[in-house]
Amino acid sequence: MITEKVHTSTDKQPFSTRTKRFIQRTLRMRESAIFLALLGIMLVITIVAPQFATSGNIYRVSRQISFVAIAALGVFTVILTGGIDLSLGSIIGISGVISGLCMASGMHYLLAIVIGLITGCAVGTINGLLVSYVGITPFIVTLGMLSVARGSIWIITKGWPVENIDDRILALGQGDAFGIPLPVIIMVIVSIIVHFFLRSTVFGRRVYAIGGNEEATRLSGIDVKKIKCLVYTISGLMAAITGIMLVARFNSAQTSSGDGWELDAIAAAVIGGASLQGGAGSVVGVLIGAAIMGVIRNGLVLMKVSAYWQTAIMGLIIILAAVIDRIKNRKVS
Amino acid sequence: MMAEFLIEMRQISKQFPGVRALRDVDFSIKKGEIVCLLGENGAGKSTLMKILTGVYKQDCGSIYYEGEEIHLTGPRDAYERGINIIFQEFNLCSNLSAMENLFLGNENRTKEGFFSFTQTRKKAKELFEKLHIDIEPDIKVSQLNVARQQMVEIAKALAYDTKVLIMDEPTSALTSKEITTLFSIMRTLKERGVAIIFISHKLEEVLEVTDRIVVLRDGENCGNVITSDATKNQLVSLMVGREIHNFFTKRTQAPSDEILLEVKGICGNKIKKASFNIKKGEIVGFAGLVGSGRSALARLIIGAEKKSEGTILMDGKELIIRHPKDAIAAGIAYLPEDRKNMGLVLPMTVRENTTMCIHRKLQRLFGLISNKDEYDITDHYIDELKIKVFSREQIVETLSGGNQQKIVIAKALAVTPRLLILCEPTRGIDVGAKAEVHNIIATLADQDISIIVVSSELQEIFNLADRILVMHEGAITADIPIGEANQEVVMKAAIGAV
Repeated sequence: MITEKVHTSTDKQPFSTRTKRFIQRTLRMRESAIFLALLGIMLVITIVAPQFATSGNIYRVSRQISFVAIAALGVFTVILTGGIDLSLGSIIGISGVISGLCMASGMHYLLAIVIGLITGCAVGTINGLLVSYVGITPFIVTLGMLSVARGSIWIITKGWPVENIDDRILALGQGDAFGIPLPVIIMVIVSIIVHFFLRSTVFGRRVYAIGGNEEATRLSGIDVKKIKCLVYTISGLMAAITGIMLVARFNSAQTSSGDGWELDAIAAAVIGGASLQGGAGSVVGVLIGAAIMGVIRNGLVLMKVSAYWQTAIMGLIIILAAVIDRIKNRKVS
Repeated sequence: MMAEFLIEMRQISKQFPGVRALRDVDFSIKKGEIVCLLGENGAGKSTLMKILTGVYKQDCGSIYYEGEEIHLTGPRDAYERGINIIFQEFNLCSNLSAMENLFLGNENRTKEGFFSFTQTRKKAKELFEKLHIDIEPDIKVSQLNVARQQMVEIAKALAYDTKVLIMDEPTSALTSKEITTLFSIMRTLKERGVAIIFISHKLEEVLEVTDRIVVLRDGENCGNVITSDATKNQLVSLMVGREIHNFFTKRTQAPSDEILLEVKGICGNKIKKASFNIKKGEIVGFAGLVGSGRSALARLIIGAEKKSEGTILMDGKELIIRHPKDAIAAGIAYLPEDRKNMGLVLPMTVRENTTMCIHRKLQRLFGLISNKDEYDITDHYIDELKIKVFSREQIVETLSGGNQQKIVIAKALAVTPRLLILCEPTRGIDVGAKAEVHNIIATLADQDISIIVVSSELQEIFNLADRILVMHEGAITADIPIGEANQEVVMKAAIGAV
């Protein structure tokens, strides 16, 4: 191109230009647009249903969002490689149940938590192995696993919820610190870790690269199969964290825990800017996406919209987000 | 009254954010004329053609079609007016048959509304015959080689009443024999009154097949010559704005006698018992027709595909290579022939692409990437290879072909390889960038790096190589020192006539 020039270091530019650039860049980012959308939605809900903006409601909504958000971060990692994890809802359920059974049998609560997390990792890894090394499409593998894991819960529990949960873990789902729900704090910590993991480590770089061009990544000497396997392990781990937090939240391991959550989690990632082709999206975007889903759900309840309508409206929102994204992309190209 | 020109573009300008792509460009073509649009990458050829095909709208200037001003509303509009483009990457559905592709979107139906195989087959046959193309209408496109796929693509353009056919580097993936066939098809089209705009970097071909040459430089007209009056040097100097006396640099240092790599009887997909060796600091050129197995052999060596037999020795010791990562660990870097699909992660930055192969080197505690090292390495190669970028954070998709190619080279060099395998290192890049890449290759060999160059351009191999290996149907059929090589000897081996 005519105006191409050899790059110069940005350090030499005056401070004000740099700040201006930074602000411009921030405004242009996708995340800013969806964040503004979130603020707009919150404003509308507050006007229609003023009880939305009460501290008690914000407390509950943010706690609810954090459960979905953590699971969404897991499936987001899978989506970055161009894959999908439909089984995360069932993994939420099974890790909660296994962990709950361990506690009910008198095991130390920390060990029970670790076993729950290992369960999630194990189920995720099975997904990953089948996708990477057997070569089955992610959609089919995880669709199968969705039923296998949910069925296993029923087999193990015969359909009964697991009670007698160790009181010491209840804070994970119900407690708070400095007026902030503990689940929210856990979500923030997990998000920060996942963010740095994806943005600053070799592994994360490779995850994005695979989504961008798998063949080029492989020819660059990167073990694509290993990474594509491990992202399912991560998704399983995130689902297990959510699963154990839900056990703590309800003081029992429900057999239906996490049922259908895969849709909310995937929707959160997609609304937040993740591309199902892989290679695009950010942790911040996923968090905002999860917040949008949670706030709307809560708003519909406050506005006394019937449950039947709620489901249909949530679906419409997902489609709407995809349509807006499509139109935006078309303008760019 | 008939207008003199079929298409006339007058005073076309186009501005992109921060870039003036075209300034007052004139371009015209008559019926039955073959005009070459020539220019370095980034000269504005693609932008001009995108305006003609309705993809972009010009900021100012006008387009006349048979003397009448037209305002294209989009690609569909241009297509319906008979302006058709064939891209470097083909737009065929490889799972469908040749004839189904020909009439895609324009299918022949029976009275009841079903797809009519008989009619489609008949029409396809007629079309192929008219163009003297020998392709079975029922064959699946995936079973055709690149050259034949291209012929289907051309026929597809003609299935719809095409008046202007734009061919964007149609010869880049073809062998010289296939190119001859393509040219005869182009001449048939010319006789039938089709105007052809031919975009190519290969000057010999341009001089052979076109009637007129329009040269663009930096988004402006800088030459319009009748092909019979043109010379190669004149065209090159018009394109780059300076005379290039010497296209390629010669080596300053002879290769050593020490053997670096020895390949012994390896077999695999498309390869039959290939054996050869390469010395330290030697450039070995691999010649052969497309599909003769040169790039397949490269892929076997670096472990991108499984070999069924054979061994590879480096410094006399056996190398076990099961995955490209093993090759990189052994100091073998590879530049694939298709930079967009195999070389680069297009949506990532210059920095991220440059360091793709050396994550291990950049890795610190907890797998964190060292920013400083990464910046230093990227900047080093941007300077050394004179890559034109705004910043190291530029997305590689937005770079010109030549600069993209340099990023792939930078990526391979970052490995600090002992052996560099380059497949089509200058495909689809302009003359200036090509000379630079050749200079880089010669310099690397002088630093004792061994280099394998796989190229479909014989000229490139002759100019770079110390020794030429020729392949035919998966086997190495000749090993010729450069001193004894000439075009005839190489071609004979390439067609298996030795």
